Amino acid sequence: MRLAALLALCFSALVFAGAEVVEFSDESLRSRYQDLVEELRCPKCQNQNLADSNSPISKDLRREIQRMLEEKMSDREIKDYLKSRYSEFILYRPEVNKNTWLLWGSPVLVVLLGGLILARLRRQAKPMVAKGRDTMANDQRRLNAMLGDEDNRP
Amino acid sequence: MNRLALFVPLALFAGLSLVLLLGLDKDPTELPSVLVGQPFPAFNLPSLMAEQPFVTEQDFKGDVVLVNVWATWCFACRVEHPMLNELSAQGVKIIGLNYKDQRAEAQAWLAERGNPYRFNIFDAQGQLGIDLGVYGAPETFLVDASGIVRHRRVGVVDERVWNTEFRALYEQLIGSEQ
Repeated sequence: MRLAALLALCFSALVFAGAEVVEFSDESLRSRYQDLVEELRCPKCQNQNLADSNSPISKDLRREIQRMLEEKMSDREIKDYLKSRYSEFILYRPEVNKNTWLLWGSPVLVVLLGGLILARLRRQAKPMVAKGRDTMANDQRRLNAMLGDEDNRP
Repeated sequence: MNRLALFVPLALFAGLSLVLLLGLDKDPTELPSVLVGQPFPAFNLPSLMAEQPFVTEQDFKGDVVLVNVWATWCFACRVEHPMLNELSAQGVKIIGLNYKDQRAEAQAWLAERGNPYRFNIFDAQGQLGIDLGVYGAPETFLVDASGIVRHRRVGVVDERVWNTEFRALYEQLIGSEQ
């Protein structure tokens, strides 16, 4: 019961966020609208998308996006429209270009680097095991010699 | 070889520290200005003082001007206003963009604090603001005689900002105009 109340509290913010009623002539625009406002960043806020932000500029931009959707503009065109005004800052999923290739490429680079390190470690690990065996064999020989047990030589 | 490899983590750490150190001086709230080098966006809006006639970007073409975005709800604009009055007194042409404001309140503001503006564009809906990529008043654009935006400042223009960011460029533009 207590858990249910807590969960209800957690989701109450979502209920408020959805309080803004957006009307569309065609219901299919709604899901595109939702995707766009979630993927575009509020220019005034550091870490909120247009869907989450209550700032006046976000309200204006949500209205703009709605207008552009009604005018049958594509997602691409809407993003370009906003990018030409607010720069790439507004795109939470930045395009691949000369400023962002490192950002996009770094996961691949890190995986490659990790693979390289792993491969090196494996190559180094083998001789270490072999050396360990030698030591064990030597110890056994010394032990045998001490015990004077000639028959159980390895 | 192996001994040198021991320093790789240190080198990585030093590199990362350097990148982060350089990042400290940057203001993360400042967006890159895409409009610099582009023509001032076309508009057709009422002026603050009268509903008619509408004003357009043609009304300041041929002049080097500052376009200053302001509003009565904007606290920093209060701080900036005396500097604009002073610049205007020195002969700098300033066009106001009254952004998402109430007409009566804005007129009262100018009557009370002085009017440094040649005229004011009244952008109640913030449409021109969106075309300019405005995200926080005050903002100031330096526009050359052919209508190209040459510099943009988000935030207050004070003595220091004028001297470091605007003055040289402004004087150069004025010089090439004559």
